[in-house]
Amino acid sequence: MSTKTSNPQLGLGPTNAYKFKTRVLPFILIVALFVIVPFLDPSRTAYSLMNIIGINIVFALSYNMLLGQTGLLSFGHAVYFGLGGYGALHVMNWIEQSGADGGFWASYPVFGLPIIGFAVGACAGAIIGWPSCRRAGVPFAMISLGIAEMVAAGAFIFTSVFGGEEGISGDRMNGVALFNLSLGSVSQVYWFIAFWTFVGIVGMYTFTRTPLGKMAQAVRDNPERVQFVGYDPQNIRYLVFIASGGFAGLAGGMASINFEIFTPESLSLVPSGFVLLMAYIGGTKYFAGPIVGAILLTYMQSNLSDYSEAWLLYLGLLFILVVMYAPGGLAGILLGFWNGVTQPNATERLKTWGATIGSGFATLIGVIILTEVTVRYTNGFGEIFEPFGLHLPPGSIVTWVSCLLFLAAGIAGLRYSMKRIADQ
Amino acid sequence: METIIFALLNGLIYGLLLFMLSSGLTLIFSMMGVLNLAHASFYMLGAYFAFSLGHVTGFWGALFLAPIIVGVAGAAIEKWGLRTVHQHGHVAELLFTFGLAYIIEELVKIFWGKIAVPYKIPDSLDFSAFELFGTQYPAYRIFMLFISISMLIGLWFLLKRTRIGLIIQAVLTHPNMVASLGHNVPRILMLVFATGCALAGLAGVIGGNYLVTEPSMALSVGPIVFVVVVVGGMGSLEGAFLASILIGLLQTFAVSVNLNFADIFGFLGLSETSELGRVSIPSIAPILPFLLLVLMLMLRPKGLLGEREF
Repeated sequence: MSTKTSNPQLGLGPTNAYKFKTRVLPFILIVALFVIVPFLDPSRTAYSLMNIIGINIVFALSYNMLLGQTGLLSFGHAVYFGLGGYGALHVMNWIEQSGADGGFWASYPVFGLPIIGFAVGACAGAIIGWPSCRRAGVPFAMISLGIAEMVAAGAFIFTSVFGGEEGISGDRMNGVALFNLSLGSVSQVYWFIAFWTFVGIVGMYTFTRTPLGKMAQAVRDNPERVQFVGYDPQNIRYLVFIASGGFAGLAGGMASINFEIFTPESLSLVPSGFVLLMAYIGGTKYFAGPIVGAILLTYMQSNLSDYSEAWLLYLGLLFILVVMYAPGGLAGILLGFWNGVTQPNATERLKTWGATIGSGFATLIGVIILTEVTVRYTNGFGEIFEPFGLHLPPGSIVTWVSCLLFLAAGIAGLRYSMKRIADQ
Repeated sequence: METIIFALLNGLIYGLLLFMLSSGLTLIFSMMGVLNLAHASFYMLGAYFAFSLGHVTGFWGALFLAPIIVGVAGAAIEKWGLRTVHQHGHVAELLFTFGLAYIIEELVKIFWGKIAVPYKIPDSLDFSAFELFGTQYPAYRIFMLFISISMLIGLWFLLKRTRIGLIIQAVLTHPNMVASLGHNVPRILMLVFATGCALAGLAGVIGGNYLVTEPSMALSVGPIVFVVVVVGGMGSLEGAFLASILIGLLQTFAVSVNLNFADIFGFLGLSETSELGRVSIPSIAPILPFLLLVLMLMLRPKGLLGEREF
């Protein structure tokens, strides 16, 4: 007996075309993108950047399973990434050993190491999650911080497993070569990373569509009501935690093949903080948000750090701005922009947005001049900030007047256009 | 005997330093419900300000000026930053302070460089106070003890014996009632935040030259301070005091005990040659506070003396 509301003939559910557009098409586009990239003949640097982006996409998405979908703020997610990576790296070394003496791991392909990473990460999640998931909110965050500190410090003690300061390294060119990939060159690793990134994205998207994924969102929004319906929020958090640890371990397994080395640093608070930045700046409220964040932050990490010593300051400012003014993250901004363009009478709205972007840009220029001139002055090497052939020494009035003008104009413009946006 | 007395003295000093950091944090935490992850950054700022001011005013001027500057900075951040984020909920506030810690560390690196600065103990205090078992005990540590204890008494007096202290205590438990009686609760919050930051700054001034003044000092002490707040209990200054001393002693004693796991668990058949048996107590000293944190949150979420559940 089907009731009227669930009758598909009435057309209340999403149409097949809509389902295809939102649930299948994006993945086809991702595959197409992954396949097209090698034909553009990227350089070695571009390849290695893309490999790291792939790893970080999976890592950031796994983090968002906790923060965005279940509402659990973790300060120690790198623990699962690192443990998964260590597990995969140990198996990689066993494969090499078995290749010589024909042991158990001889027939296991290196290509499948992320599965080991997943298993180790999930096991770590199952063990650590048991005490952690009894509480949500700030206590959960504190427990994750404490456990991260404990694991990172413990990793330095047990050198036979974690290799002490210099970590553990391996060689990926061993064992059975699956898909004819020997994983020797960086372009071969690209195919490996692309495959597992796709598996990770699809796996985590599928997870959001399962009953457990839906209940996780319910636990985030209203845990008491979930209890009324007859579920145990603690149990749901625990199960999501295990899955999230598993996917973080998957990313760790990918990283173990890409870098062929893991150090105890990778378990510490610093990478845990970085994944939080990636997921939040990208936008935790959308599935694709962490993907945007991972791409942007990895790019910033590898390229911006060449241009500016103060790139972490820019990153921190970006994060604070997102927390204060755009809780939806970059994905939220992009989506809002898209909606603004496609909805009727867009011209008025676009004018205000243009003004906002313009003044934001002016403020950014002011901040950049201020930071870069200061950095060069305090360095004491006598270096001078020369953007686009301009000459901006710290002692000249031109520098400070231009900096202040940009800042004042930008901030005034921002205040004005923000008010306009609020009125609309 | 000798080791015990020295560890006791040093642990007490370290514990009081931790209390100076955690007293402000625990008040802020219980009033606003947000754990300020940037609190230790204000401690770092205090040390760096004192280092720079020291060139102009000398140590004694810096001892008074640096905490005030840090307090004003804290008030500004509360008013224009944290208050804006408040509407987005606790997680957003926590993330705001997380980002703030990032920014302060980078700013310190830009202005004072990436390596430690030579922030030294003033000459007037650089002598030995007394001799114990043939070892000189530095006068500066006694000075730290003196500053910490006077701060402790001052804070106690402020909270328990003055009108503003009465209002602060009332805000802790009944913020709406206090607001209804005509007090400006947001301003009180700002005041408490500023005072907490100033105390952290003071800890930086006297702790920066005792330990090391470097950009990573906030990250190294920050998590320990959270442990103190959680172990002490929500909104309980007495609890924070107890927890500070406890953790101070725990850490100093752990590094001065020359034992390894094989010595302790030898009766279980753990041998000196195995890797687990070789783990020494000093090497696990950094882990102990966090073990305490996790156990506390699991077994007794109220903390030692807290009235509410964390």
